Amino acid sequence: MDYMVSNDILNGGEPIKPRKIKQAIVEIVSDSGEGAQKCGQSFGAISAKMGNGVWTVEIIPAEIQPPARSREGASGIRVRIGSDKVTNMGNHANLVIALNEQVLYGRISQDAYNENTLMFIENKWAKSEQETIRQQYAEALLKFKESGIQVVEIPMEEECLKLMPDPRKGKNMWILGLLCYMYDRDLPKAEDQIRTIFKKKSDAVIALNIKLLHAGYDWAREKLPFRYEVTPMEVHNDMVVMNGNEALSLGIMASGIELCSMYPITPATSVSHHLAEYFERVGGIVHQAEDEIAAIGFAIGASFAGKPAVTVTSGPGLALKTEFIGLAVMAEIPLVIIDVQRGGPSTGLPTKVEQSDLLAAIYGEAGDAPKIVLAAATIEECFQFVVLARKLAESFRTPVILLSDANLATGVQPFPRPKIDSFWLTNPFDQSPWKDGAFPFEWDEHTGTSKRPIPGQKGGMYTVTGLAHGQTGKVAYDPEINQAGVESRSRKFASLQKSLKPPKINGAPEGDILLVGWGSTLGAIEEAVADARAEGLKVSSLHLRFLFPMVPGLTEIFSKFKKVITVEINYSDTPGHPMITRENRRHAQLAWLLRAQTLMDIDSFSNVYGQPLNPEKVLNMIKRELNIENAKVSV
Amino acid sequence: MHLQTHEFCSVPSFDHDYGMEDYGKGVARWCPGCGGHSILTTVQRVCKDMQYEPEKTVVVSGIGCSGRFPHYMGTYGFHGLHGRAFPVASGVKFRRPDLNVFVVTGDGDCCSIGAAHWVHAIRYNMKMVALLFDNGIYGLTKKQTSPTSPLNTHSNTHPKGSFLPPINPLQTTLGLANVSFVAQTVDWNAAHLYATIRKAAEHPGLAFVRIVQRCPAFMRDLYGDIAVDPKNLILLSNENGINLKPKARKAFGRVIEHDPSNIHKAREHAEIHNGIPIGLLYQNTDNVRYDEYGAHNLGMGVEEKKENLESLLDQYSTSQSVK
Ligand SMILES: Cc1ncc(C[n+]2csc(CCOP(=O)(O)OP(=O)(O)O)c2C)c(N)n1
Ligand code: SF4
Ligand SMILES: [Mg+2]
Repeated sequence: MDYMVSNDILNGGEPIKPRKIKQAIVEIVSDSGEGAQKCGQSFGAISAKMGNGVWTVEIIPAEIQPPARSREGASGIRVRIGSDKVTNMGNHANLVIALNEQVLYGRISQDAYNENTLMFIENKWAKSEQETIRQQYAEALLKFKESGIQVVEIPMEEECLKLMPDPRKGKNMWILGLLCYMYDRDLPKAEDQIRTIFKKKSDAVIALNIKLLHAGYDWAREKLPFRYEVTPMEVHNDMVVMNGNEALSLGIMASGIELCSMYPITPATSVSHHLAEYFERVGGIVHQAEDEIAAIGFAIGASFAGKPAVTVTSGPGLALKTEFIGLAVMAEIPLVIIDVQRGGPSTGLPTKVEQSDLLAAIYGEAGDAPKIVLAAATIEECFQFVVLARKLAESFRTPVILLSDANLATGVQPFPRPKIDSFWLTNPFDQSPWKDGAFPFEWDEHTGTSKRPIPGQKGGMYTVTGLAHGQTGKVAYDPEINQAGVESRSRKFASLQKSLKPPKINGAPEGDILLVGWGSTLGAIEEAVADARAEGLKVSSLHLRFLFPMVPGLTEIFSKFKKVITVEINYSDTPGHPMITRENRRHAQLAWLLRAQTLMDIDSFSNVYGQPLNPEKVLNMIKRELNIENAKVSV
Repeated sequence: MHLQTHEFCSVPSFDHDYGMEDYGKGVARWCPGCGGHSILTTVQRVCKDMQYEPEKTVVVSGIGCSGRFPHYMGTYGFHGLHGRAFPVASGVKFRRPDLNVFVVTGDGDCCSIGAAHWVHAIRYNMKMVALLFDNGIYGLTKKQTSPTSPLNTHSNTHPKGSFLPPINPLQTTLGLANVSFVAQTVDWNAAHLYATIRKAAEHPGLAFVRIVQRCPAFMRDLYGDIAVDPKNLILLSNENGINLKPKARKAFGRVIEHDPSNIHKAREHAEIHNGIPIGLLYQNTDNVRYDEYGAHNLGMGVEEKKENLESLLDQYSTSQSVK
């Protein structure tokens, strides 16, 4: 992607016709609190409404108010729009708009830009009263230019000052206006968007922001000698556009779950914010518990009493919940547990993406505690999988852990509007008398499944216990009974596994390399595979949604490829280091599982930079693996 | 509309009278002389006298000797995790106002590993009866110091005597936000035990009852002589308190007039050291109740839910402009 830029581009000229392009990646980066995300989300939403494919990734500093103009304080957003469906954040940005130069350093070190990137920087720093700032600014500009980036200084503050005395909170809409001109966005849609995001504000605020939008637009029209059009797709179905946490929240509401019991934790919290606003209107309620343990205990109590419940957390919370998850497994209490993963261990990287809770989700509890573990790969799946998880939880009388991650949490993407089935909203709340003489754990010999009594059902009275118990539910230390109980609770998942279909392969069913992924990396992997195949490389991929139990047919599929490599955002030892041998290498988490499952020598490509995966890195890895000359060595 | 009327009211169906046998199950496995036995019988009697439907009654416990309690009840039961009875019970009650909920917890369970939940359960003030089986020791795990063990208790973890002063569960509970009912009784005075649990069951909120419980196996000398000599039981008496028949009152060496609406006096009595104050220390029936909040939107029909959900989805639709 190339933008043609001459040195004096800001001289403007005749009105120009937009040049058609297939896609654009735009970043807005600022100090936190300057509204960069609001601007980017709006740009994404307007584009989605016009029928473009969209993917957004937020750039979030760990602190709420990091010092201004600090490198680590970068707050912002990347928006990728396309003529087709967009499934990931892409590689290098085409345009970055920065409200100061310092916040760009971090992005540069993350390889977000290259020589084709056009950089618009707020120029007020050049005239700063502080000499250090003037120096920093000049130095940075020089550096950026030297690295090949095309830097253009823009008088954002100066222009906004014409409309408001303190543009700190207004510049973002001016920038939105500039973007709307530059990418030929629909102005009435942009105005609508402003009315939506400021719907709780006064008319005066809305009017001012619309003025800023127009001002940015007009300025760009006058000054910019280029303009692009990302042709929208023809929209066939009704689409909705939202981020992953909103999708989880809507999924919770649509699934018939009645209670979300949670304790705030980044990046999961916004699910509860969204729910808190709407849940009560659809018959549900949010409980903010005193801690993570109480949150799940409360949800388990409600579910035991026949009220479908969910608890939403992130890694550190999942760790605290393990004892209760074990109880729910042992006592066979349906429950949905959502883990929006972040970087770990410990407090780790609270706002950054990682996929490191997979093994903890599957094996985290004391004792043998099998349960269903699912991972959403797209925003749409964040919605659909909650519905699925609740259904599975009840059918198999088990906790279900649904994994999402920080990338999906804030990523925005359009998807076909879900069709809500009234059946989802009905409750299994059975209050008819319990079948005479039936045990509370009458395990089907074949499938291990059983039906549970719910308080209120006459004749069903039993005591849930985490102690070993047989079909009658009575505590039993008899070795045979324990063996039978553990077996039945395990057999359920074998019978579920048998009902699953083998996964779809993206690309040919045989070849040199098969990439295997799970979770939010789907889009980046598939784009890399498409690029590789376009270059004639024999690469395919598959993506797992069920992590436990796993879909059937994997060994068979893997055997058709010379090499199988998992692609994950978690840690694995890099082979080649003098300390790392075949024997002591720690593999990425899915690779561990697949190696154990298939007895095949499955490799992994993984890292923990806290960044979403981009297609270029995957493509380079593919080329390295295939010993292709022009592969870059970066990881 | 799926209006689930049973979610709103808990009118017992009087199609038959429940007897003691409807509330029992199995044979309690506590040690002979353990205070648990009399508490079990008393709870069953209260259930019977209140005519609680066994299927609408849930007893939630933690882990400990006391945790075994629900296994001996003919109701629904939940023998969960050590320290976590309160969150489970709160979750049961939150969306099921029709259920009668009891919490059974030990002194280690409530005042140590589950202390955070104790604080918050009091604040939630959901209608339920919470029974603290306070034997001043860890029974199930065989004689470790508990947070309520008197100073200098010789236990397996403190063979030379415990070093820290005990927590006073009455005083602690009386200091918590939104506290609405605090009473104390002893397992060996059947009349007072009954009257206390009965009063607790009638309280519109969380009724916290500390039961001084004998553990002949590991804590023979909890309170030393004080416990053995009935003279050392100090009866807190008031027309609004826990009332005993005149004959039953005679068993008490001392009677103090105490108005349970007076929280400052309640705190003073909670600190009595030369005897065991028993009775209703504090009651306030006006406190906010979180179970009422939890149940406020129950019973919404499927169609109404769907309609509201669709209009919420409209807000995310790409073909929709602002409303
Ligand atoms: C997480 C956890 N830690 C420790 C235990 C072991 N444990 C079981 S009961 C108990 C103490 C019980 O004391 P208390 O609550 O006073 O009950 P009591 O047996 O005296 O009735 C302990 C430490 C456990 N079951 N779970
Ligand atoms: S150890 Fe103590 S508390 Fe436990 S059953 Fe025996 S007497 Fe009762
Ligand atoms: Mg104890």
